[in-house]
Amino acid sequence: MVKVLKPGLSTTVQDLGRPGYYNIGIPLSGGMDRLATRAANMLVGNDEGAAVLEAVFMGPELEFTADAMVAVTGAELPPKVDGAARETWTSFAVKKGQVLSFEFLKKGARAYIAISGGIDVPVVLGSRSTYTLGALGGFKGRKLEAGDELPVGSGKSVKEGRSIPANLRRVNGNPAELRMVPGLYWHRITETAGKHFFEDIWKVAPEADRIGYRFKGGRPLEFVPRTPPFGAGSDPSNIVDACYPYGSIQVPGGTEPIVLHRDAVSGGGYFMVGTVISADMDLIGQLQPHTPARFVSVDLEGALKAREEREAHLHKVRASLS
Amino acid sequence: MKTRYSYGGDEHIFVEMDEEMSLEAFFKALFITNAVRDAKIKGVTEICPANASMQIKFDPDVIKPADMLAELKKLENVAEKAEPVIKTRIIEIPVYYNDPWTHETLMRFRERHQDPKSTDIEYAARINNLDGPDGFIKAHSSSPWFVSMVGFVAGLPFLYQMVERKRQIEAPKYLRPRTDTPKLTVGHGGCFGCIYSVRGAGGYQMFGITPMPIYDPNQKISYLRDFMCLFKPGDIVKWKPIDRTQYDATVADVDAGKFTPLMKNVTFSLDEFHKDIDACNRKLNEVLHG
Repeated sequence: MVKVLKPGLSTTVQDLGRPGYYNIGIPLSGGMDRLATRAANMLVGNDEGAAVLEAVFMGPELEFTADAMVAVTGAELPPKVDGAARETWTSFAVKKGQVLSFEFLKKGARAYIAISGGIDVPVVLGSRSTYTLGALGGFKGRKLEAGDELPVGSGKSVKEGRSIPANLRRVNGNPAELRMVPGLYWHRITETAGKHFFEDIWKVAPEADRIGYRFKGGRPLEFVPRTPPFGAGSDPSNIVDACYPYGSIQVPGGTEPIVLHRDAVSGGGYFMVGTVISADMDLIGQLQPHTPARFVSVDLEGALKAREEREAHLHKVRASLS
Repeated sequence: MKTRYSYGGDEHIFVEMDEEMSLEAFFKALFITNAVRDAKIKGVTEICPANASMQIKFDPDVIKPADMLAELKKLENVAEKAEPVIKTRIIEIPVYYNDPWTHETLMRFRERHQDPKSTDIEYAARINNLDGPDGFIKAHSSSPWFVSMVGFVAGLPFLYQMVERKRQIEAPKYLRPRTDTPKLTVGHGGCFGCIYSVRGAGGYQMFGITPMPIYDPNQKISYLRDFMCLFKPGDIVKWKPIDRTQYDATVADVDAGKFTPLMKNVTFSLDEFHKDIDACNRKLNEVLHG
């Protein structure tokens, strides 16, 4: 068991997600940075899909009631055990009675804290992930609070000091480049607007969470004139409410793009200009507000090639620990 | 209607049946969805019908996007030939119109509304040429509605009014979305009604509230024990206006585990509906209360 002394800003239990229920509005959920989620688990000898803690901007303070192996990946959020510094991306032991806490965030946005044995909250619809909007899964369907007692499974014994080499820890560029496949309702904007969309440097807005990331600062998109289709609504950015793909980029009113993420709203009435490729979704979860970013157009071939490279990268991470 | 296909990145295919909403487009989306589900294509992880479109999520490592697209086009041909008849359920939803909770909320967000001087229901009555709130409630609750999509958030139904287009209630969304909406608010945006399954942000006009939960992640409510969401696309909803006393009594019954929704199985034919809408709706009402 692990006692929550301080919860951090928004710490939730996440695994690799809850596919299969998007048709009734229950999103994928799961860690926003999936590679970091897997890596944290690998380091402590868990299955890659075990439940971990996802901490945003600020770490929690946790007291351990049993010995465990711990690893922290993703954002550079340096861990401490009873005040003594430990490395990120490296397994370390926490003894019964010791307290795990964190320094201030140095880089990135979301840290993944794996504990050997995994966080053993009940499996709901196939996953331990928290979907806070629907009060579903995780620890009582919500972010952690002081006083919570997290159940932990029984782990395999692994060595302390297992580490993922620095060259395999993914770093965001500056500006961050988000590759996307134009499509869906791309035809709603003019050719010039499409050009501007890719030319402009956008900045992550403060409204950036597990549901979606909003971007500001680019030029407003100009629409192709139309007579509103019945049921769509009068704004040129409205469509008859449709499904929103995970990673899709909607632009309400043509002003601020929003990329939907793991806790996505599953559908709605705003047009979308395309979809961020699967290989770049992890990166979004590590963007802090005000980070500059630009969208880069790729075709489907490009998206699939990036996906292969991502898979090869994951194999290298696995190989580095075997 | 012209079907349009688009890739949504490397993991989705989006299929739009029509730009505008109609029961024909909805039925086609529903039939393609069913065909895809029945075909059990390896690699497909999500099959999501929407009002006039549908979307699938797939693993491109298992099935190549081009092959997935070809499969979908094949299934579209099958769906097009299907007779527009469905076996479904009709469910009665009690609504306390003009309730104090949505009223408190709408007053709090008045500056985000088209008409800050009226309530949402007064505004919607006026722009739809209905005789005040009472006339509006009558128009809203006398015809059944199709659940044409479930989503946005967990278990939230989008509802499409089963009358000719010229009689359909239409209302714009708020100028800027609210940051709060009471749980179980009965709302309306564009031509769609909805029931907010959870408390949260929203932009639809607010007309009332139902005492009947439609989403229960803890699965404690008797009729949500099998599954936590009540609605499926294709369900038919009939509103029943209730007053404060009935509202309080139903809330108490739900809490005591004594409430059972009025729900009947029914067969719906789109051709019969178009032949005589009022007769078809009368028949649905008879099934519900028979």
